[in-house]
Amino acid sequence: MVKKSFRNIYTVLIFLFLYAPIIILIIYSFNESKSRGAFTGFTLKWYQDLFSNREVLKALSNTMIIAVVTTIVATTLGTLAAIGIHFSRKGPFKQMALNLNYLPILNPDVVIAVSLIALYRFMGLDFGLSTVLLSHITFCTPYVVLAVLPKLKQMNVHLAEAAMDLGAKPMYALRKVIIPEIMPGIVTGALLAFTLSVDDFAISFFTTGHGVQNLSILIFSMARRGINPVINALSTFMLIGFFILLLVINRIGRKEEEEIY
Amino acid sequence: MNKMKKIISASLIGASLFALSACGEKKETINVYNFGDYINFDVLEQFTEETGIEVNYDTYANNEDIYVKLKQGGSSYDVVFISDYTIERAINEDLIVPLDWNNIPNRDKIDPSFQDLVFDPENAYSAPYMWGTFGILYNKTMVNEPVTSWDILWDEKYKDEILMLNSQRDTIGVSLLRLGYSMNTRDIGELEEARDELIKQKPIVYAYLGDDIKDALIAEEAALGLVWSGDAMYMIDENPNLDYAIPQEGTNIWFDSMVIPKSVSNKTGAEKFINFMLRPDIAIQNVDYIGYSTPITEAVEMLPEEIRNSPIAYPSDEVLENTEIFRDPSDVLSVYDRIWTEITSSN
Amino acid sequence: MKKVAYPYVMWMVIFILVPLFLVVYFAFTTGDSKNYDTFTFSLDNFRRFLSPIYLEVMTRSLLLSVISTFICFILGYPIAYIIANKRSAKMRNNMILLFVIPMWMNFLLRTYAWLTILGKNGIINTFLNFLGFESLELLYNSGSVILGMVYNFLPFMVLPIYSVLVKMDRKLIEAAEDLGASRSTIFRRVIFPLSLPGVMTGFTMVFTPAVSTFIISNLLGGNKTTLIGNVIEQQFIYTGDWHFGSTMSIILMGIILLVMAITNKGGGDLEGGRGALW
Repeated sequence: MVKKSFRNIYTVLIFLFLYAPIIILIIYSFNESKSRGAFTGFTLKWYQDLFSNREVLKALSNTMIIAVVTTIVATTLGTLAAIGIHFSRKGPFKQMALNLNYLPILNPDVVIAVSLIALYRFMGLDFGLSTVLLSHITFCTPYVVLAVLPKLKQMNVHLAEAAMDLGAKPMYALRKVIIPEIMPGIVTGALLAFTLSVDDFAISFFTTGHGVQNLSILIFSMARRGINPVINALSTFMLIGFFILLLVINRIGRKEEEEIY
Repeated sequence: MNKMKKIISASLIGASLFALSACGEKKETINVYNFGDYINFDVLEQFTEETGIEVNYDTYANNEDIYVKLKQGGSSYDVVFISDYTIERAINEDLIVPLDWNNIPNRDKIDPSFQDLVFDPENAYSAPYMWGTFGILYNKTMVNEPVTSWDILWDEKYKDEILMLNSQRDTIGVSLLRLGYSMNTRDIGELEEARDELIKQKPIVYAYLGDDIKDALIAEEAALGLVWSGDAMYMIDENPNLDYAIPQEGTNIWFDSMVIPKSVSNKTGAEKFINFMLRPDIAIQNVDYIGYSTPITEAVEMLPEEIRNSPIAYPSDEVLENTEIFRDPSDVLSVYDRIWTEITSSN
Repeated sequence: MKKVAYPYVMWMVIFILVPLFLVVYFAFTTGDSKNYDTFTFSLDNFRRFLSPIYLEVMTRSLLLSVISTFICFILGYPIAYIIANKRSAKMRNNMILLFVIPMWMNFLLRTYAWLTILGKNGIINTFLNFLGFESLELLYNSGSVILGMVYNFLPFMVLPIYSVLVKMDRKLIEAAEDLGASRSTIFRRVIFPLSLPGVMTGFTMVFTPAVSTFIISNLLGGNKTTLIGNVIEQQFIYTGDWHFGSTMSIILMGIILLVMAITNKGGGDLEGGRGALW
């Protein structure tokens, strides 16, 4: 059918658009020259350098740890918050909670960063891993809330009531009825949180300390001198890693296929 | 779902164990903060081997970022590498402490003409690390005339082939030099004149770039661009069609030096580190990797002839006399900012 | 049920409200940014913002972000729809993950890669020249900035729309079919209106960063156009005038809230409840 091939072409085009820069990135990880301006030859030296580059590896592990922890906390906090807000009656509490939630989304990065610095100084905190985590959770959770809320709105309002009428305790209704219904929203929220955390620069830069650098900070700070292709090599590995993760999730997810539909 | 939960908890536990193990031993450490990709990591390892002091190494992108961090505090660093005008600012605002040169005997290794500079008289606070000049990088196949003046960047002939820097001081500085004024002028009239010239130039400028100017020029996306001498060496290496020139109106000479912030927790370690970096055999390793110019005389002597005698890396005294160092711009910053916004918003 | 939200609300008060007060405080005062004692109440910075140059910057930023958001919507909705309608859940999940994975690669690296693709001697032009065509000026103009914005924010439009589409009550669609509605009518009258909450979320998540971004315009626009994000960043990083920076942030926030409130009114009421923006 014409329609089907049109869909397929469109899909391919969009994915091509998304992956074009990534492909370039990978190609240049094999570039003999340090500069992006010229491809002078094929080499594996950047990959070799990668394994002995302590700075890069440390930044990678920091980035991952921060991202995973942030995602877990933000998703939990945000999902619960969205549920709580959804079930509140319309009124000042609901309004206030929702509007407060929007604030980090509306504020430019730099402003959030600077205001958090002021807060941490006021609280007398030592800048380091903990302050970065707090900051990440703060700016990621609103997106989780935003992702889960539409799903709650979409959910049949009487579902939870029905469960409780049948004798389920609120917590049970929550776990077994509501959460499965809004799962796509939760997953979307988690994906958003992870994405935002992994790539954040401004907020991380200003709220970190004591040698806790994430990849973004490392890469941005290389900007003055030109980005070392070791980073390209690293990105290629990360990409492979994510694809492997995808395959792993596929294996696990096979059981739950029927449940989602 | 259960399997997922197990994997998540396992990785969480793993991650926390990993994090905990990192805070295990208590060795002597120093926290060092530098520009990105601006050191040969081997020297850090060598330092730890020789002194037993561990180095926590952090990087940042530009002076303004580090200034905000120093000002706001919250994190203690023992040695920080910053540029000339930021040092002057830091001294004025009491953000760094004087060096105890008694603990840094390698002071005599520094070329005398780089001691006692205007931003830090008698080197009370800083030890120089790298230096260089600022000039025009041009493509010999695209520019058929000698490059002797900043005027060439205003030449209509090179429409869409000119790259300026996305840096307020450097670009406005070029315009000031071309008009015959000082790069450090505080005269609003002169600054506005420089602005008007830049607005006139804008239609022929291809772009105002940051570090990507290097890749663009190597890729021959433009014929002329503003670069620093150290980068010029690297770029010419990558593309022999390129060359570097310092215009006759004069230019900027810059220094990146090591200082000790007020929040230092290990001053003796910091001074040991600075002393270590001033050693010629260490300086040469850094120069090798970074490619910029070193202020350590013996290190220069160890360099291969074509670099030692390169007018780009080590220009003659005559050229150096016609250079200016950037001064602390604190009181005129808002003027610069307004002017810059006016330039970049103009059509 | 309501109680489960309390932990987060407390968190927000500490980490969002308090810092916000600080920003507001800075916005309505002037003085030496570093010394709290010198602060005096003043509306000077608001007046300063009302000069033509800053208003022009603000307008340009709004225009670019509106265009980018719109393009994200035009491109994003179809792909969200296509993925949501795949029969197998595994296929859907994989596609969505594949969609998001590029975003996990560093932003600066990806944007630099566009320079290689769009440059005068870049991939596209080399290809065009090979085919005998003239080179195009694809870089350092508004077009490349919009491309950069769309590229970076597309997933934020697609994800919320997808998550709403994927769990749409099939029975509603079946009912409409049974009643004889054509595919396009079903889409217009049933599917699209029901997906609006997701669309609104998508709009918010794209418009806001788009209007305050500055890195994309720096790298892909050659810094030839200053956006409001640039000016704000300059205040905090370069001039150290946190007061003026905060003033502009507050104004920016206000404008965003206004735009959001208008779009919400337009689209959100169908569900009988808005996402609340005042």
